[in-house]
Amino acid sequence: MSRPHPDDIGAEPHAPLPPLPGHSSRGRLERVLRRGEFAVTAELNPPDSADPEDVYKRASIFEGWVDGINATDGSGAHCHMSSVAICALLTRVGHSPVMQISCRDYNRIAIQGNVLGAAALGVCNVLCLTGDGVQCGDHPEAKPVFDLDSTSLLQTIRTMRDERRFLSGRKITTSPDVFLGAAENPFAPPYDFRPLRLAKKVEAGAQFCQTQYCFDVPLLERFMGAVRDMGLDKRCFIMVGVGPLASARTAKWMRANVAGVHIPDAIISRLEGAKDQKAEGKRICIELIQQIREIRGVAGVHVMAYRQEEYVSEIVHESGALAGRTPWRREFQPSFESVETLSAG
Amino acid sequence: MLTPAAFEPRGKLPPRDGSSRLRFWSVRHARGLERLYAAFERVLRAVAPLARKIGLERLERPVAAVEATVKGALFDCRMCGQCALSSTGLSCPMNCPKNLRNGPCGGVRQDGHCEVYPQMPCVWVQAWEGSQRMKGGEAIRTVQPPIDHRLKGRSSWLSVVAQAAPAPEAKP
Repeated sequence: MSRPHPDDIGAEPHAPLPPLPGHSSRGRLERVLRRGEFAVTAELNPPDSADPEDVYKRASIFEGWVDGINATDGSGAHCHMSSVAICALLTRVGHSPVMQISCRDYNRIAIQGNVLGAAALGVCNVLCLTGDGVQCGDHPEAKPVFDLDSTSLLQTIRTMRDERRFLSGRKITTSPDVFLGAAENPFAPPYDFRPLRLAKKVEAGAQFCQTQYCFDVPLLERFMGAVRDMGLDKRCFIMVGVGPLASARTAKWMRANVAGVHIPDAIISRLEGAKDQKAEGKRICIELIQQIREIRGVAGVHVMAYRQEEYVSEIVHESGALAGRTPWRREFQPSFESVETLSAG
Repeated sequence: MLTPAAFEPRGKLPPRDGSSRLRFWSVRHARGLERLYAAFERVLRAVAPLARKIGLERLERPVAAVEATVKGALFDCRMCGQCALSSTGLSCPMNCPKNLRNGPCGGVRQDGHCEVYPQMPCVWVQAWEGSQRMKGGEAIRTVQPPIDHRLKGRSSWLSVVAQAAPAPEAKP
C-alpha cells in the first residue's frame, strides 16, 4: 500500500500543517487539490447526541479513503450536533474536516464569531451554504434567518481572512486562514444561470465547490462546458457530489422530497430491474464516479452516502477514484500515541 | 404549511397561483419597464437639487408611500430600501422566502418552482428570464453585498436622489 504524501502529515495530528506558499489554509484538502490530485471528500451524518465517541466512530470509517470530511450544518433543517463542534472534535484526532455554514440559522454577527472560533480550533475548510428552508425540517415553526446569502457569506469570510477585518471594518488581529468552498446545483433550474452563479461565488471568494448529487452526466457535462468556457475550473476546484441509492423506493422518495435532487427515470428503472437494488445503487454510484472523473475540469468527488456510510470505502476503492493514492490515516501519523491520550482525556 | 418570508408584509400570504400576478407580467415586459425606469431615473436626477432644498427627510414618508404603492403593484416590492431590481431581471429578490439577492438556492424544483412554496415560480428563475430580456441584464452577474436591514421601509428612489445631489459638507 502506498503512503500518504509527506506534505499531508504534520508533526502533531491536531496541529495545522506547516504553511505552504500560495495556500490559503494549512489543511490537507487544499494541498491535495493544489497538487492536482483527484480529491475525495465524504459527508458525515451528524449524531443526535452529545457523545464525542459518536463523532469519532462515524469519522473512522472514512479514514484512509477521503481527503476531507464534511460535517453538515442542520441539513434538511433538522437539528443535530453542530458542524463547528464536530469539526473541532475531528481536528483533535487529525482528520481534515469541512465545516458547513448555512445562512438559515445565524446572522452575520454569529457567523463571523463562529468562523474565528472554528479557525482557532484548527478548522481549515469552510463550505458556505444557503441552507434548506425551515419548512422541510423538524422545526418548521422556527424563524428562518437568512441574514446573508451564500455569496455574501463567502465575501464576508474572504474579507475576514484576506483583509483581516469584520464586515463592520473592525480589525481582526489573527485572520481565520480557511480554504473557502461553495455549493452549486447544476441539476436545478435555471440551468443557464447556474454556471454564472458559480462565477459570482468564485468572484466572492470560492476556492472549491461541492455540487449536489449528480445522477445526470449529460446535464453535468453541459454545466462543465460553460464552466470551462469561463475558465472557472482554473480558479475553483470543482468536486461533484455522488452517492449510492439504497433502492428504487428511496430514489423516488428523494426525488419527491429532498430539495434540489434530480434523479432521471432511467436510473430508477435500472434500480427497479435489479435483483439486489442496494448493490445496483452502489454499482451506479461507482460508474458515475468513473464517468465524472473523465470530465475535464472536475477536481474530485464528494460522496454523500447518507445512512450507507459503511460503503464509502468500497465505492472509493472500486471506482478507482484515488488512482492508487492513499489519503492520510492515523497509522502514518508519527505522534499517534499522543492522540490517544488526547481523545481519552 | 405556508411559512411567511421574513419580509412578507403583515397578513399577506405568498401567492398561491403565481401566473395571475402582475409581477410576472412585469418580468415578461422587463425590457419596456427597464426603458421606462431609465427615463424616470433621469427625472429623479433632474429634480434632485430641488428635493435636496425641500429636505430629503421631509420627503421620505410621502415618497416611500408612493414607491411602495407603485412598486408593490408592479413587482410585489417589499421595500427593502436598497432596490436591486435592475440587477435581478425586475424580479424582486425579497419575494424569495430565503431573501436571496445573488441567485437561486439549490432547491429549485424541476418545474422551476420554489422549494418553500411549491405553488410559486422561483423568483430567480423569473429573474434570469427577465434579465435575458433587458439591455442591462448583465447586471445579474454583479455580486450584491449583504442587505442593510436598517433601510427597510425607506425609499430607494430618494437614495438615487441623494446620490445625484450629495449633501453639502457638514459644518464643523
